[in-house]
Amino acid sequence: MMNLLTGQLAREFLLVSRVRTDVLNPLIFLLLAVTLFALALEGRPQTLQAHAPAVLWTLVLLTNMLALDGLFRRDFDDGVLEQLFLQADAPYVAILSKLIVHWLVTGFAMVVCVPLLGLGLYLPGDVLPVLMLALLLGTPTITCLGAIGAALTVGLRRGGAILALLVLPLLIPVLIFGVSAVNRVVEGDPPLAELYWLAALSLASITAAPFAVSAALRISLEQ
Amino acid sequence: MLFTGLSLRLAAGECVELRGPNGSGKTTLIRTLAGLLPMQGQVLASSVIAYLGHTNGLAGPLSPLENLRWYLGIGGHAADDKSIHAALRRLEIGALFRQPVERLSAGQQRRVALARLLIGAAPVWLLDEPYTALDANGIACVDGLLAEHVAAGGCALVASHSPVAVATRMVELNGERVPA
Amino acid sequence: MGALKTLWHRLGSPRWFYGMLAPWQFGFGLAAMVLLSIGTIWGLVFAPADYQQGDSFRIIYIHVPTVILAQSAYMMLGAAGFVLLVWRMKMADVAMVAIVPFGMAITALGLFTGAVWGRPTWGTWWVWTDARLISTLVLLFLYFGLYALRQAITNAEAAGRACAVLAIVGLINIPIIKYSVEWWATLHQGSTFSVTKVSMPMQMWAPLLANVLGMYCLFGWVVTRRMRTEVLRRERDTAWVTELIGSRS
Repeated sequence: MMNLLTGQLAREFLLVSRVRTDVLNPLIFLLLAVTLFALALEGRPQTLQAHAPAVLWTLVLLTNMLALDGLFRRDFDDGVLEQLFLQADAPYVAILSKLIVHWLVTGFAMVVCVPLLGLGLYLPGDVLPVLMLALLLGTPTITCLGAIGAALTVGLRRGGAILALLVLPLLIPVLIFGVSAVNRVVEGDPPLAELYWLAALSLASITAAPFAVSAALRISLEQ
Repeated sequence: MLFTGLSLRLAAGECVELRGPNGSGKTTLIRTLAGLLPMQGQVLASSVIAYLGHTNGLAGPLSPLENLRWYLGIGGHAADDKSIHAALRRLEIGALFRQPVERLSAGQQRRVALARLLIGAAPVWLLDEPYTALDANGIACVDGLLAEHVAAGGCALVASHSPVAVATRMVELNGERVPA
Repeated sequence: MGALKTLWHRLGSPRWFYGMLAPWQFGFGLAAMVLLSIGTIWGLVFAPADYQQGDSFRIIYIHVPTVILAQSAYMMLGAAGFVLLVWRMKMADVAMVAIVPFGMAITALGLFTGAVWGRPTWGTWWVWTDARLISTLVLLFLYFGLYALRQAITNAEAAGRACAVLAIVGLINIPIIKYSVEWWATLHQGSTFSVTKVSMPMQMWAPLLANVLGMYCLFGWVVTRRMRTEVLRRERDTAWVTELIGSRS
């Protein structure tokens, strides 16, 4: 089983390294969207600082929707998923590795980039560690629940819009706890409850998602 | 219900050609037998089936070698580069093992997909239009593979619009298909 | 055990199902008409006015049943989805097809009546810090998602099972969403409103109870009716449907 997992992880990394634009495009979109917000708020430091947690978390959710749309699409179109489900005794191992690598190149990439964007929005430096921690604990849930939506919509020609419609309502708790964690620190309180909740949600969704995604992909293959 | 009262026997050493007009359900039948579509009844264990569909089942950015390694890996087989190279040579694309699949021609890509049949050692082959995109030489190559496979005691079900030279039997699907 | 087994086999037969639902449809329809008439007339005309809100409180006789049903309907969707995935019972899919549009409409109605009630009571149509408003809005989005997914997938069987997965995921998430929204609303206190929790006199809650039960019956009537129509639509090429339609016309 361990062999299977490492083999799968290696393949996914190889794929990601061959098509780097898939990784970079969402991050550039995030940067662009933050720029739009900063301009729309007329660049006023106080306004930007006050809205930064909300803006950043909302954009993290939207950017993930953009990235998730392509999560299974190539493998579905090429018939790789068919072979996977026919040959593998444990397709969820392959799916889990796909999720892990996808999270590393989008979710974890955001953990690193978003605090920098936060600085650009005049967030005080002592808030940034908590923002990073909240993103680290919150983004796995986004990837996992989003993957279920991506698996359900992979057979549709225009899956992107419907993917967001299916998944974003389910991610409201992540948004609420994520924004609240940052705001707590700004007000000078420890954001423990929020971080515990984000961690609990992530653990639950990491456990359940590979099975739900695998069931959803099987259904999509029937079309 | 797409098929009712359909009975098909595939014995060892048989290569059955599946024919029928467009929309008669050849692809559906093959996908059902492979276990991709739900059906009432028993589906064969995945380890004994090799399936080749309309799509090649190859990741475009990866090379033939990487693709075939992955295929062996998910099937629980040990990575065996020697047999992969042998299979690629058998399909006359031995020199292309490093190229990303998406840069190969359609016919070359089909050959990579066919190489899967050789490395998996599955006794049952379910092939859906295996000749797609192949030149005369490639078609002869596939027929050679089929003949060898059958001679070695395997069996194959081949859906095709062009005749399968080495077929031992032909089954015609002509029932009307009710759109779901 | 034997009886259970026969029932199980019968549930797989659309024809038996179609016939079996007929008396239920009639019963639900009749009960809904009686209960809703009693509850509505009693509530709107004879029940005493609220000492604080006056006559405007009477909208609860519509609002409360719709909101309760909006949630119950989604739970039934989740249950039907579970049955469909685990036992592959086609009638569960028929039930989902029947429930989604009704659930969507009733949730929208719940939000609308809530807004209409909010205007005279709290002076505003909508507040973003009220947990109940937000979770009902999210529920509406969940219904939208199920509806859109069903429309988007052309293969009917795959569409049913995809919606089943989504309904189950949604059902698991509803308590989490509700909790997070409530927790968040308490952070922004001052703007949360609580329904006046004074003990209602019997004259006030009896018609409400009648309307809640009546709304469940209305739901039963609409759903059984839609299920029977859906069975006919799916079986339209079979002999028994042709015969049935022939004998009617």
